[in-house]
Amino acid sequence: MNGVSGRIQKVNREGEGAFIPYLMAGDPTPERSLEYIEALAEGGADVIELGVPFSDPVADGPTIQAAGTRALASMGRVEHVLELVRKVRKDVDVPIILMSYYNPILQFGEDQFISSSIRAGIDGSILPDLPVGEGQTFLQAASENSFETPLLATPGTDRGRLAKIVENSSGFLYLVARPGTTGAKDGLRDMTTRAIGFVKPRLPAELPVCVGFGLSTPGQVAGVIKAGADGAIVGSAIVEKIGEGDGPEAIERFVRLLKDGTRV
Amino acid sequence: MPEILYPALKDLEDAYDRYRDDPDFSEELHAYNRGYGGRPSSLYYARRLTERAGGGKIYLKREDLVHGGAHKFNNVMGQALLAKRMGKERLICETGAGQHGVATSLAGAVLGLKTEVYMGSVDAERQRPNLFRMELMGAEVHEVDTGSKTLKDAINEALRDWSANVNNTHYLVGSVVGPHPYPMIVRDFQRVIGDELKSQMMKKEGRLPDHIVACVGGGSNAMGTFYPFVDYDEVRLTGVEAGGSGKGDAASLTEGTEGVLHGAKSLLLQDEGGQITETDSIAAGLDYPGVGPEHALYRETGRVQYTTASDQEALEGFHLLSETEGIIPALEPSHAIFTGMEIAAEMEPEDILVITLSGRGDKDLETVRETLT
Repeated sequence: MNGVSGRIQKVNREGEGAFIPYLMAGDPTPERSLEYIEALAEGGADVIELGVPFSDPVADGPTIQAAGTRALASMGRVEHVLELVRKVRKDVDVPIILMSYYNPILQFGEDQFISSSIRAGIDGSILPDLPVGEGQTFLQAASENSFETPLLATPGTDRGRLAKIVENSSGFLYLVARPGTTGAKDGLRDMTTRAIGFVKPRLPAELPVCVGFGLSTPGQVAGVIKAGADGAIVGSAIVEKIGEGDGPEAIERFVRLLKDGTRV
Repeated sequence: MPEILYPALKDLEDAYDRYRDDPDFSEELHAYNRGYGGRPSSLYYARRLTERAGGGKIYLKREDLVHGGAHKFNNVMGQALLAKRMGKERLICETGAGQHGVATSLAGAVLGLKTEVYMGSVDAERQRPNLFRMELMGAEVHEVDTGSKTLKDAINEALRDWSANVNNTHYLVGSVVGPHPYPMIVRDFQRVIGDELKSQMMKKEGRLPDHIVACVGGGSNAMGTFYPFVDYDEVRLTGVEAGGSGKGDAASLTEGTEGVLHGAKSLLLQDEGGQITETDSIAAGLDYPGVGPEHALYRETGRVQYTTASDQEALEGFHLLSETEGIIPALEPSHAIFTGMEIAAEMEPEDILVITLSGRGDKDLETVRETLT
């Protein structure tokens, strides 16, 4: 088994949680973000989540919004991101999943997006504003092409809704740790631990659960893995460092620390 | 729409289903509309404006006389009462021109709900008096500095707030935009405009009007005006979008392409990559790059004609109504006044045209004064 879920399960079999860092494609420039992506891989990323810039990112907090604004200058179109991934693929074989709002995909064309992404070496996509029920044509086409589509569940998702989300998810289930938008927060809430406990027994064996939104430290990463998650996603904390001008070496060190959190 | 909002949207839909036909709820809303809001708003025969156009008879549906100074009251009172019944303690909203923020603030004050308003910093700058009004009524106003710093960015920020506070907060969406069930709920609370207009016109003229004109930003006053008339094919309906200064516009229906923004599939102003483009209009309330999905449908079926008026033309409408009738209109319906005058001029004297005057112009005095110097 390959792709995102295959990689997460392989890591899990080795007794670790998967670590999934996020950064915004093209932030601050295409050349520089290529170096940062390589740094994520060097630092021990098991899967890389790559953001596609969008003018109106309603699910994101201020840190990722700012990164999107920086990146829009050079990555205003899906094609630009695909081009970047083609370059990444010369050196990096870590599975890559795109995080994009739906409108740029709709304009590019759903089917064309799936086929072009696969050709560029992308394993799947997360579309945070295309919930199950509204995205059926896309999810169907993705499934037919083995293009992985993690869907989001939240602490407020009830049993019936979760069953639908799980049925349509592939790659992993993206469990949102807390209400709100993306952004680094301190501590780990009971809510998150409870949500992991609620979701985990309701998943088929081949669908891992990864937790994101608000995780920023190795301790929080360790916390969600201990609570039963198969992987942890960190975005804003990395993006913030990039925004402050930290170089690829610093990012690589930070990723290594976060990855250590998954070995519990 | 982000998954995090799914339960809240479902709760809202369920609550609306429960209360929409509940006699207690209707009675309460009706009492506020009459006693507090000043409804029904008058349907006024504008004699001097009619003479100036030199064609059909022009009536104005006077939403500018409703409490708060705009049609926004109708939707706000309905949603705020609904939020109260749902046990919400806090209202949040976006505002462009500030009229929806003012309306939400007054509803929050009168119902005892904490109110926070998101307003783009560009809009806050050009609509200072409205910002002060909101604060006087106890609302907290957050100026939004991201993106184009106008209405769409205020909506983004309100959605982010709602995502973090869904349990105790109702997001009081101000137009027929956003995810289901908002376009339906806002339309239903705004249709009081068209319903009143219909019965008032039957009393005055014994028949329906030949043509109705309203301005369209997100599209709530136009939807509220048009909706009760869509099945009467003999009544022509025209929506007027903001044509802007010539450098750009805010005309999603006449210039836009299909896309998804703020949880709705509709017509949008966007580039080829699907990035939402910045709008340009002298009227902050029309500065939205999308439009209600039901307007997009009426455009497709041809039931409603959509056209534009430029900033300059809106200013012409603004001065004309002020001088001929002693009514200072908001810049938003000034677009409809300009287009309405053009249409009326082509009509026969026995024909009847109605323009929805969606709000009064106090908030725009500074903007207009700047164009005179």
